[in-house]
Amino acid sequence: GLFVWRLRNTGVQQIPCQFVHLYHIANNRLITFQYFNFLKRMYVTQYNKDLSQRAKPKSDSIMSPFHELQQLDQEKKVVHKISPVSPVHQLGSETSSRNELREMKSAAETEDSVIPVGAESKEDRQWKEMKLRLDDLPGILARLSKIKLTALVVSTASAGFAMAPVPFELTCFLLASLGTGLASCAANSINQFFEVPFDSNMNRTKNRPLVRGQISPLLAVCFAASCGIPGIALLTLGVNPLTGALGAFNIFLYTCCYTPLKRMSIANTWVGAVVGAIPPVMGWTAATGSLDAGALLLGGILYSWQFPHFNALSWGLREDYSRGGYCMMSVTHPGLCRRVALRHCLALIGLSTVAPVLDITTWTFPIISLPINLYISYLGFRFYRDADRSSSRKLFFCSLWHLPMLLLVMFTCKKSVLEKEDKGDLPGRSRERAMEIRLP
Amino acid sequence: PPAHSHSDWIGPPDKHSNLRPVIFYVPPDESALERRLREARQEAQASNQRFWARHNRAFRQEKEEFIYSRLKAKGLEMRDESGQKATLNAEEMADFYKDFLSKNFKKHLQYNRDWYKHNFRITFLMGQVALVRALRWLRRRKKNVEQ
Repeated sequence: GLFVWRLRNTGVQQIPCQFVHLYHIANNRLITFQYFNFLKRMYVTQYNKDLSQRAKPKSDSIMSPFHELQQLDQEKKVVHKISPVSPVHQLGSETSSRNELREMKSAAETEDSVIPVGAESKEDRQWKEMKLRLDDLPGILARLSKIKLTALVVSTASAGFAMAPVPFELTCFLLASLGTGLASCAANSINQFFEVPFDSNMNRTKNRPLVRGQISPLLAVCFAASCGIPGIALLTLGVNPLTGALGAFNIFLYTCCYTPLKRMSIANTWVGAVVGAIPPVMGWTAATGSLDAGALLLGGILYSWQFPHFNALSWGLREDYSRGGYCMMSVTHPGLCRRVALRHCLALIGLSTVAPVLDITTWTFPIISLPINLYISYLGFRFYRDADRSSSRKLFFCSLWHLPMLLLVMFTCKKSVLEKEDKGDLPGRSRERAMEIRLP
Repeated sequence: PPAHSHSDWIGPPDKHSNLRPVIFYVPPDESALERRLREARQEAQASNQRFWARHNRAFRQEKEEFIYSRLKAKGLEMRDESGQKATLNAEEMADFYKDFLSKNFKKHLQYNRDWYKHNFRITFLMGQVALVRALRWLRRRKKNVEQ
């Protein structure tokens, strides 16, 4: 079975290029548009909620890798408090399950709450029975697994899959996405399991299921195991062992390296960025079965993206991080925080230019992506120079739309497989393979 | 929580520690294993509560002192004309945050170790209790079927 998968994965097929291309573009656009709109809605609701709910006292898998989105409070003369918003940061890491973990985590955080102000504060003050109700369970598990962040992680994995220079195979794609999603759920659950007292003390995360006692830690661990084990098994057996290994490694990196490291050293940010970078690499290896330069480039782009995203986000959370005991650059090395963010914005420009060199995209990609890359670099520079809340917010919100747009442009500039064949790079294949490319 | 209830109850977050207190239900037929679990949870709860209440109190206090000293250095009063409490902006507070984090670093490392130990032990005991309960339930069903 595995062998067959390998063959199919590496086979080149004549495909009705236009049709697939169009379908892909539509799909990607739809996904991007949907989740972007979804994010916007989350922000708006969160923002409104924050405005009315002044009283305020925020997953890492990496990026968590998915970082979390944070809603910022209105500026006040008092020390600013940031309302809990799902950090997009989380989105980054867990995207492919783990990748966008940090980034996604940020986004995932928002999953926690869009409750009418009055109801929540009243509900909060009551004593609750610690009994698990089955009809609440799906919602609880969704929050436990940071489902929104997981969704973003899976979409970065799909981006990796889509960018791979092989004909699109639907079953492989679905299996890879499902496996990645399950692995991401597992990693996120373990992360929450480890961080209960810290989450209770931070505004962004105090409504998580384990903090509120809606689920027992045992159940959280069992859920994580029941997602992670099938997820990795699915990736290893249904896709290929390389993707499975990457998935398992990412779970490990997120839960056993990033999560404890958050409280020990600022190196956690770099580890988290790797967590965020792995999902697209997984998507690529799922499609091609091998780790080539293209996979590493895509991973590199996501890795670099994590820094402006998370550093800008963490700028407004300094009080919570300081009190909670989290070692973040924004608290301990603010200058470094801003320098690194700027450095990686510029790195994105460089990486975009390398893409056509590696034959992943045409030369139109660095040209078309230059405006958005320059814009985020400009905001990165403003953040570096001004070092205040407004510049950090601008940079953060820019990073939210910058990544999907960059991936979209990258996909539309993808070097067609047909072109490569004409150049004689790839060996020709039989025509009947082309039939399999028909998408439903 | 009501007296007739058979489950644990969790309350609103504590004012000082931000942790939610749990009142544990003691069943009349509690086994030794279940008692160990409950005691482990109570101990962890107490230890967490102590740590965070003290830590947060220290944070608030040191923050006030910092604001006071900075305001004094600037020549301002704690409250301005309208009676509003004067505050520093985020950039000025950043020095305090950095300082506070580094001062408490060792304390946090120790607490992390303790917390992870508590967490694993409690979860493991929960697993054991769940397993015993499941086996008991299976045995009872088998007995019912046989009868």
